[in-house]
Amino acid sequence: MKGFILRKVLLLVPLLFGITLTTFALTKALPGDPAVNMVGERSRPEIIAKMRKEIGADKGVVRQYAGYVLLLLQGEMGRSYYTNRNVLDDIRIKFPNTLRLALGAMAMAIPPGMILGLFAAMRKGGWADRTISVFSISLLSIPVFWSGLMLMLLFGLVLKLLPPSGTGGLRYMLLPALTLSLPALGTIARVTRVSVLEVADMPFIRTARAKGISDCRVNGIHVMKNALIPVVTVIGLDFASYLNGAVLTETIFGWDGIGRFMMEGIIKRDYPVIMGCIIVGTSLFVFTNLAVDILYHYLDPRMRIYETER
Amino acid sequence: MRLSGKISACFVACVFLVSMLAPLVLQRDPDAIDLDSLRTPPSLHHPLGTDNKGRDIMARVIYGGRISIGVSVVAGLFSMGIGLCVGLLAGYGGGKADAALMAITDLVLSFPSLLLAIGVSVVFPPGIYTVMIALSSVGWASFARLIRGQVLTLKESPCIEAARAVGCSSGRIIVLHLLPQCIPIALVMTGLKLGGYILTESALSFLGLGAQPPTATWGSMISANRAYIYAAPWMVLSPGIMIALTALCFNLLGDELRDRCGIDPEGRAAG
Repeated sequence: MKGFILRKVLLLVPLLFGITLTTFALTKALPGDPAVNMVGERSRPEIIAKMRKEIGADKGVVRQYAGYVLLLLQGEMGRSYYTNRNVLDDIRIKFPNTLRLALGAMAMAIPPGMILGLFAAMRKGGWADRTISVFSISLLSIPVFWSGLMLMLLFGLVLKLLPPSGTGGLRYMLLPALTLSLPALGTIARVTRVSVLEVADMPFIRTARAKGISDCRVNGIHVMKNALIPVVTVIGLDFASYLNGAVLTETIFGWDGIGRFMMEGIIKRDYPVIMGCIIVGTSLFVFTNLAVDILYHYLDPRMRIYETER
Repeated sequence: MRLSGKISACFVACVFLVSMLAPLVLQRDPDAIDLDSLRTPPSLHHPLGTDNKGRDIMARVIYGGRISIGVSVVAGLFSMGIGLCVGLLAGYGGGKADAALMAITDLVLSFPSLLLAIGVSVVFPPGIYTVMIALSSVGWASFARLIRGQVLTLKESPCIEAARAVGCSSGRIIVLHLLPQCIPIALVMTGLKLGGYILTESALSFLGLGAQPPTATWGSMISANRAYIYAAPWMVLSPGIMIALTALCFNLLGDELRDRCGIDPEGRAAG
């Protein structure tokens, strides 16, 4: 078990290396000279040259990359061109809001998604199955920035039940969380259905039925427990993409999280902000995947045996 | 074919036809500003209303669809091309080449797709070519995986063995023997992924990284008009419905293809 976790963590090293390399290449490819950006376009050439030396832009690419990684390790992602604030500090302030939104969306997507998936699997091939299938594909096909606007129009402006936008307590969170949860609900329903159908064909389920255990118990406990693994993967992946997909949802609802921070960066072409958000978002994504991998082992004893045998 | 598949096929065909023949279908300039009819609700003259510069929304939706769908299709074909090259080289080459190419592929797949697409598109000046580059630089990886797997099985097949036995060069085997056998599955995969491409394209345009004003795309129409959502909801309604319906029909068709061909595109939906 420990060996497995260690191996997974070690695998992260080349992955993180590749990610920093990619973001470094992107940063290098960005239009504009960072030294000029920092001191202003009208500065004298010698000041620009001095700045370039200070930030290390006069060195070779390999040394620049090494310096870049060192800075990242120290939590330095540069300063915003506009506010001159440390990007990581701003991300640290805004991250809890994004996390709150993502957790809220998960809470709204998982129960109905799993119930729909299980129900569709029980009625396999019937009209209910087909309807649920088309319904979940529809949820996946509606762009969140549009469904968000429609929900805002309906609940915020026409019915005036909830505040249309802003950051705040539960009332403010409901609409953006609902928006984020819709595509996730579709994914979870689809994966649950497939996974349940796979497990339902297994001999041990037939045995359970043969022993006279009630349908409800077989489906709810025997099947569900075993069908959970792919579902957990998808939820984990989705959770990571909530943290990122929030770019669109947060922008629409004026939710003060990382997503809107990044969007403002994009509009103003504030490159340190954009790159900082991409690095943080990607790392979150990778680490969530790792967490899901480890979670498997607690969920599925078979995996543990498989790993120790290897 | 199921009913949903049939309806989707018809809808997709209609959208393609109308987009391609846009100038014949509607002889109206999508960018023509008419200050006498700002934000007019749908009427006989303007079936979908006008926007805040008096431009006809129906014309903008049709011409915008041209760009949205065109960009997605081109990006899909680009991804397929890159994926075919990488997959064929990795699968046939094996050894170190395979390991190196697959490491890059896995790296791309481990990025959240929308974030990587944003990262790539901020590097270039905004425009439709930037969106194409961003979409294909993210999308090729899953193609490469699929094609490599396909090549690994094909490599052992008698026809490739025979080709090698009569002394064909590697290049000849790859281009004349392996490539044609990979194209069908690659095309199916492109079809499967088009819905996702349309969604990502519209998200990038919504973020202002796509075609620049006054050119309309579905995504940019929504972002430009969202401030008027309460006063003039029709300005946001029709482009959104078009994105959702087009993506839905592509995804339903993809579902059909998946059930028939048994391919699983491990595509993640864009937020």
